[in-house]
Amino acid sequence: MFDKMTYLDNSASTRLDERVMDAMKPYYFDTYAVATSEFGYSMGIDAKEGLQEARETIASSIGATPEEIVFTSGETESSNMAIKGVVAALKKKKGEHIIVSKLEDFAVLNTAKNLEKQGYNVDYISVDAEGILDLEELKSKIRDDTVLVSIQHANQEIGTLQNLDAIAKICREKEVLFHTDATHSYTRVPIDVSKTPIDLISMSAHTIHGPRGVGALYVRKGTPLIKWMDGGYQETDRRAGLENIPGAVGFAKAVELVTEKENEFLTSLRDYTIKRVFEEIPHVTLNGSKTQRTPQNANITFHYVEGESMTLHLDMRGFAVSTGSACFSRSLEASHVILGIGGDHERAHGSIRFTFGRYNSMEDVDAVVDAIKEIVSQLRAISPLYNKEE
Amino acid sequence: MKFPYTEKVLEHFKNPRNVGKLENPDGKGLEGSPACGDMVAVYLQVNPDTQVIEDIKFESYGCASNIATASIITELAKGKTIEEAKKISWQEATEELGGLPPVKAHCSVLAVEGLRAAIRDYEEKHGLVSEQEPTTVDVIRSRLKHVMNPMAGLDIIRTELVTKMEINDGVVRILIDLPSNHQFAANIKEEVMEKIESLWDVKEVNVVFTE
Repeated sequence: MFDKMTYLDNSASTRLDERVMDAMKPYYFDTYAVATSEFGYSMGIDAKEGLQEARETIASSIGATPEEIVFTSGETESSNMAIKGVVAALKKKKGEHIIVSKLEDFAVLNTAKNLEKQGYNVDYISVDAEGILDLEELKSKIRDDTVLVSIQHANQEIGTLQNLDAIAKICREKEVLFHTDATHSYTRVPIDVSKTPIDLISMSAHTIHGPRGVGALYVRKGTPLIKWMDGGYQETDRRAGLENIPGAVGFAKAVELVTEKENEFLTSLRDYTIKRVFEEIPHVTLNGSKTQRTPQNANITFHYVEGESMTLHLDMRGFAVSTGSACFSRSLEASHVILGIGGDHERAHGSIRFTFGRYNSMEDVDAVVDAIKEIVSQLRAISPLYNKEE
Repeated sequence: MKFPYTEKVLEHFKNPRNVGKLENPDGKGLEGSPACGDMVAVYLQVNPDTQVIEDIKFESYGCASNIATASIITELAKGKTIEEAKKISWQEATEELGGLPPVKAHCSVLAVEGLRAAIRDYEEKHGLVSEQEPTTVDVIRSRLKHVMNPMAGLDIIRTELVTKMEINDGVVRILIDLPSNHQFAANIKEEVMEKIESLWDVKEVNVVFTE
């Protein structure tokens, strides 16, 4: 039917870069020992060095020191570790109240809901129509017993970027720890912990053409954190379990490969998509912010049509995208992000998320916009809502 | 290439039959599910002497299962009498399509309800309906047979998710055997509310989950 799949769902997963694979290979076939102590055998020492170099790369990418980086299995583990680790450490000393935003990804949101069931108090801070956090509400909700504020950097669905400097400043002033899930901004939008007082950051390799199942948690020196998964003493006794050294090496390589130029290129793909859709297709709404937005994300609602129908038509023509429609979700619920920015079910229903990556081109954008133009008009022709409008 | 649907579903999705509107239809039904967000409209042209559905059209603001089911249902209903068409079930439509993923059963039910709503509309307009009956546990049960258990692709009565149904002075209480934080709890609750709230003598609906 078509020669290749055009993958425009790069916030879900990305194609691995061959150079990442090349960097990882020696740690599967040659230097496959565990990272031993300095008194161990030589292969283990080599493995340890590989892990250490990877740690240094991740650390320097955010202005941290290597000891502040803990390798994990990805975003979900990093965020669980940060939130559950901090609340366990401060429960008796400070209190049982945490604050998150309404737009968090499930790793943070469902961790918060789980803690709520266990008796913790959770406040969910609102956002405006573009998805930007209400800083005044945040300020007003911080209490004496608040132990942690967890606000994402970039949103997974609509790409809205939060002002981390402002949030970190509020948290510092109120002496509350601040965690951010930076899965969807890491390396695409700079973060510098030597300038911004963030205490914990979740990162992942899978969004930047690195291996899946690898991530990291930045833990500022001195941050109280109780280890929540028991086992060995790896990662200076912060994360038990055999280190995924090839994964860590691949993650570091993936970080090195992201360039300023690439981020500018992704921004141009994003802007071109939005421009063409708005010029050529009527009744569309941009979800998220025009200016405070990650380079790789365009999220648009095509009114009067349903998202899963659009994604299936696109799939049959060789394009992979995602939608916030309830019909597409595993829980049959409309996107909490679109509802969180004040959208209704109808807006979530017709929303399509395009997320770009290294292997996309301007031609891909032209092809997908051409396709979606036809699909939307075909589906609107059979929509009872659209006909009423005419 | 692998799609989550059968060839027949994809075929009806790509080329839906009997799409559009009828001018001055004899019966018209519009069904929508706030839970899923899908909507389907069905238009009928019925021969007043034979009660045969001579023409039928549909419109859908829905997902692939919804469009494909509505399409097949129009094919099944065309040429049948309204009494025969009333008996078309979602099971029949689903079988005709070669099956649907369990999680999508509710979208297919909606399409069937669109047809039934159009038939009801025709009957009301032509003086063929009897008096309104008061809501009983039996009425609730039969309504809940149209709420799907997304895990099974069968309704929540048959899969024994409903453990208790009560009605007192128009206040309905329904117990669902799922924890409130279950993956599908919110969806099932919305669908149950939608089915029961619309009954003429129901004032309040409480859906209670087990912990």
